[in-house]
Amino acid sequence: MRFQTAAASLLGLAVLPILMPWLEFVLTLAIAKGFAALGVAVLLRAGLISIGHAMFFAASAYGVAFLSRAGVADFALAMLASVLLAASLGVIVGTFLVRYRAIFFAMLNLAVSMVFYALCSKLYGLTGGTDGMAVPIPTVFGVSLPDPAFKSLLYYFSLILMVVVGFALHHYLNSPLGQALSAVHSNEIRLEYLGVPVWAVLLIAYAASAGLAGMGGAIAGFAVGRVVPDFAFWTASGHLILIAVLGGIGGVPGAFIGAVFLELLHSAAVSVTDAWNLIVGAALILVIVFLPSGFYGLMKQEKAPSL
Amino acid sequence: MSSAFIPLLLDSLASAALIFFAAVGLTLVFSVLKVLNVAHGSLYSIGGYLAASLSLFVASRGLNPYFSFVALLLSAALVAAVLGPLLEATLIRWVCGKSEAVQILATFGLFLILEDLQRIIFGVQSYYEDTPMRLMGTTTLGGVVYLNYQLVLIGVALAVIFGLRFLIRHTRLGRLMAAVVADREMAQSIGINTDRIFLLAFSLGVFLAALGGALSTPTSGIAPGLGADTMVLAFAVAAIGGLGQIEGAALASLIVGVARVTAVYVAPEFDAVAPYAAMLVVLLVRPYGLLGTMKIRKV
Repeated sequence: MRFQTAAASLLGLAVLPILMPWLEFVLTLAIAKGFAALGVAVLLRAGLISIGHAMFFAASAYGVAFLSRAGVADFALAMLASVLLAASLGVIVGTFLVRYRAIFFAMLNLAVSMVFYALCSKLYGLTGGTDGMAVPIPTVFGVSLPDPAFKSLLYYFSLILMVVVGFALHHYLNSPLGQALSAVHSNEIRLEYLGVPVWAVLLIAYAASAGLAGMGGAIAGFAVGRVVPDFAFWTASGHLILIAVLGGIGGVPGAFIGAVFLELLHSAAVSVTDAWNLIVGAALILVIVFLPSGFYGLMKQEKAPSL
Repeated sequence: MSSAFIPLLLDSLASAALIFFAAVGLTLVFSVLKVLNVAHGSLYSIGGYLAASLSLFVASRGLNPYFSFVALLLSAALVAAVLGPLLEATLIRWVCGKSEAVQILATFGLFLILEDLQRIIFGVQSYYEDTPMRLMGTTTLGGVVYLNYQLVLIGVALAVIFGLRFLIRHTRLGRLMAAVVADREMAQSIGINTDRIFLLAFSLGVFLAALGGALSTPTSGIAPGLGADTMVLAFAVAAIGGLGQIEGAALASLIVGVARVTAVYVAPEFDAVAPYAAMLVVLLVRPYGLLGTMKIRKV
């Protein structure tokens, strides 16, 4: 039953942009944000809330822009390099930050990401300041594609990547390494007594979540064609947490359900009202109060992990 | 050297004063309710918008310009009287005692709502109303011209620090608050109405934020996005000082004020980086802040 649902929704995602071409950009962006929200959700499982993951999202998009400025025009290479860049940044930042918990963890992530944001918007000579940097259309295995063809390719590439990465992450979360995350949340000291190095468990999770955010950032950079410092502003990080919680942190699909739902709702709402943040804010509060395991929790029979 | 030092010091103090208003309310609310209110910056900007609107109204009616001072104070009081109890009795009371993730998310939702409401009510244009600043004139110190308004800001910030100290140490309400901070359950069991204390403390926090916003409008005007910017700054200051520490917030505002102004004088491209860099350094060394105390891990 669950397999059918998943297959049907994937098929739906694959066909929708053919029926309604304007949805392609919306859905590409949704999947990009879904990757980043998935990264946030991984940490949320350990009870760690990061108000700074937009930094990795932005760092990777800047990475793509810098690579193409340096003459690296290959799509696959740019994707790979920028994800690795985000993950390495995650290892460096994570080494310091995974020692902290709760509000301290949240605030330190905020501080790091705001330093990054401020640097991106102030170092005009390097990053173009608040104007940002252009992300030109790359070549795909040596072939240079026209804009619409590349955007379609990007969308279906993201869709396939979503499935592949989704499965990989599902296995990770169900492995002892991933299960340890929930254990950190429920009782960290017990875990230490069992001989599990909590520090290593969290650092791996942090690097993975940074890499996921980077994956989303690179896709978003290519889709939008420009990266601006606002990618890293703290409200962007807040939106990532929002997507993760809205969809539910109980499983991999949650983040993508949240992202696709939110982006579709957004494109539907802008034609009616411009009070978009009002709607999202109210929805967020309602979900937290009445549906703590998110939309994904609704679909699962057994009790899904929640905040 | 000293000729360059005094302007730097005064600018730092004035900058610190404004940051202090935003941070002290956040830290006060955190110390009493144990809730980190992500929507705090919006309350600051709502205070600013209301003050600017009221001042413009005073000016447009041709009333005595000195009424604009009244408008500043009145707007802060209004925001506190209306939004304080309204928010506390609904969302804030619900998130009390929930996990940090829930608190941060729920108040982030509130932040989104308040930001949009401001945009709908006050529009997206920036407000600029400097009557109070012009009325106060300038002072020349050592050949440099200062706005008296800036000096008054420093005075008001000092008054707030000492006022809060007096409130907490020497009044019945303050002692009740201290009791609730020390041990919530024990306070409740000896008959202290904690709900009432929470309501008052939260409204006081809202008042301080709105006052900061109102006082900032004559010098810097107000535009959309101020709430989000103020929020992170207040966060940084409260964290540097130690969440829940009022004197810590004062000390941290001073540090951030000096850091920012020094950056403006020395390397202007880094003025926005300075507060967060300071926050990062302090938190990595002392995660509970300069004056904060470490919590003991519980099994």
